[in-house]
Amino acid sequence: MGKVFVFIEGLQDLKKGSLELLTAAKASGREVVAGLIGANVKGLAAKAAQYGAKTVFIADASTLAAYNPDTFAETLTVMIKESGADVVLGSSSSLTRDLFPRVAARLDSGVASDCTILQLTSGDVKARRPLYAGKCTAEVEFVGSPVKFVLMRPNQLPVGSPDSAATATNKDFSPPAGTGKITNKEVVKGTSTKTDLTEANVIVSGGRGMQNGENFKILEELANAIGATVGASRAVADAGWVPHSMQVGQTGKTVAPSLYIAAGISGAIQHLAGMSGSKVIVAINKDADAPIFQKATYGLVGDLFEIVPKMTEEFKKALHK
Amino acid sequence: MKIFVCIKQVPDTETRIQLKADRSGIEETGIKWVMNPYDEYAVEEALKLRESKGAGTVTVVTIGPKTRVTDALRTAMAMGADDGIVIDSADHLDPYLTAKALAGAIQKEGAFDIVFTGKLAIDDNAASVPQILAESLGVPHVTMVTKFSASGTIAAEREVEGGAREVFEIQGPCVIAANKGLNTPRYASLPGIMKAKKKPLKELTLADTGMQASQIKVRLKNFELPPEKPKVKMIAGDAGAQAKELVQLLLEEAKVL
Ligand SMILES: Cc1cc2nc3c(=O)[nH]c(=O)nc-3n(C[C@H](O)[C@H](O)[C@H](O)COP(=O)(O)OP(=O)(O)OC[C@H]3O[C@@H](n4cnc5c(N)ncnc54)[C@H](O)[C@@H]3O)c2cc1C
Repeated sequence: MGKVFVFIEGLQDLKKGSLELLTAAKASGREVVAGLIGANVKGLAAKAAQYGAKTVFIADASTLAAYNPDTFAETLTVMIKESGADVVLGSSSSLTRDLFPRVAARLDSGVASDCTILQLTSGDVKARRPLYAGKCTAEVEFVGSPVKFVLMRPNQLPVGSPDSAATATNKDFSPPAGTGKITNKEVVKGTSTKTDLTEANVIVSGGRGMQNGENFKILEELANAIGATVGASRAVADAGWVPHSMQVGQTGKTVAPSLYIAAGISGAIQHLAGMSGSKVIVAINKDADAPIFQKATYGLVGDLFEIVPKMTEEFKKALHK
Repeated sequence: MKIFVCIKQVPDTETRIQLKADRSGIEETGIKWVMNPYDEYAVEEALKLRESKGAGTVTVVTIGPKTRVTDALRTAMAMGADDGIVIDSADHLDPYLTAKALAGAIQKEGAFDIVFTGKLAIDDNAASVPQILAESLGVPHVTMVTKFSASGTIAAEREVEGGAREVFEIQGPCVIAANKGLNTPRYASLPGIMKAKKKPLKELTLADTGMQASQIKVRLKNFELPPEKPKVKMIAGDAGAQAKELVQLLLEEAKVL
């Protein structure tokens, strides 16, 4: 039986996506090796153990505080080789999407990125991923790939309950010196403290119907009431009402939350490309013929400036009873 | 400066996608093909760099069925690229073989300074070719670049979660994958389109790049259309009644909060 290696991003806490993958790895019956790379990340090992890791490989160093493709790729390559795992799982993020193909190339292996379905068994791994802006999906089969790398979109798999008695064997790895060809000059902190769109479980997005950036206030109030992250259409980002990092769609972020609320968004194919994987879609639009209604679970025809504040009110009442 | 840009031809997003009867892929008849939108940013950045240096060449490279994908090269040449290389192959090679073949084609041309690519192709959304290409060429690489400068050393910036930005400094040749926000791609002018027809175009086979069609690592199969969504449930009434019913449905029927 092969081992499975789960790469865990070294943040303050384990991301939900990492917990999903540890859960799937444990359920497969394979021996689970987790890999942690970053600065001050040792403390996360215990939690990884509670979710199924038998061994945790740790590279913890101040030089690994910022993501450097060179040193991270080298560290992860060494860890995977040492683990002997033939399947490597990661939760899709701007770090893993950068890192996994590099490490796969170093191990002469293939990557299935942006997957939404994972079937991991003791002897095999299969994945399925959306293609052509979500207009179809296909199964990914590995051929002649000694190690099989799978990057899963977050929010696709269940998270098991932790076993507080479980412990793992930790093994330390020293960080490589790096080639010096690429160095971190600076990390400019973002302004947002909310969960990133790509990981958010609930998203409230505004489109041109919001009329200006100032009006996004009412979406933020709604978002605060339900623990959501605010997104936007391209029309809004291009107009400069909100930063580009908030754009959802083909040339923005691909999201798959449990709930996506679209206010004043017409539902152009390029916008749908980024959010049609959402479980439940609510559309609020004054035009009953807006294409967004064809993709929506629930549709509300009306003025968003009247409906959104009422929703905030109702949610507050219902959720804080 | 010797600059390369790797580009891909993809179905226009507005195009309707239909599957082949055996579900091994999509039906290609009737598809409108365009240059991958992210590759337009890559071409633009290459042209800007050549212009700022006042010298150098921009070579565009693509891989795929040559009778079709050459159009994408001509579009890039109409924007201002100097020449093109097409690696004739079947469509839908995996990212590994694509990257290896592109690397082989670029290495045949001798030393290079920078290779630009798009951050991903909107058809298969893999976002893997630039990294594998850089690994194959043995050079550093920054993905999802929104800001780039090459005065003295090379600096590249990429945006990550929460709007944070990572800034890298690079020594020597590199691969840069362009994201939206890097620049505003120019349109091909009419004289540009006329000139592009006469610009040099080199044809290679997969074997010329040192690769074979069998050298893939992943294969896509059993294509499926997404399941039909149940019909939308419209919620009527005044704003207050709509909001009330919606909240109730989300909590009790959809159970998403
Ligand atoms: C290559 C390419 C890539 C693209 N990538 C993206 C992308 O990543 N993401 C993206 O979003 N778009 C993208 N687009 C743009 C896309 O085609 C649309 O132009 C865009 O999504 C429209 O944004 P919108 O829905 O906010 O605006 P509009 O289409 O103008 O829609 C505004 C909607 O608001 C409604 N409305 C107005 N006032 C109110 C009110 N008071 N109450 C309720 N409803 C109201 C209107 O009825 C209308 O339906 C891309 C386009 C191209 C060509």
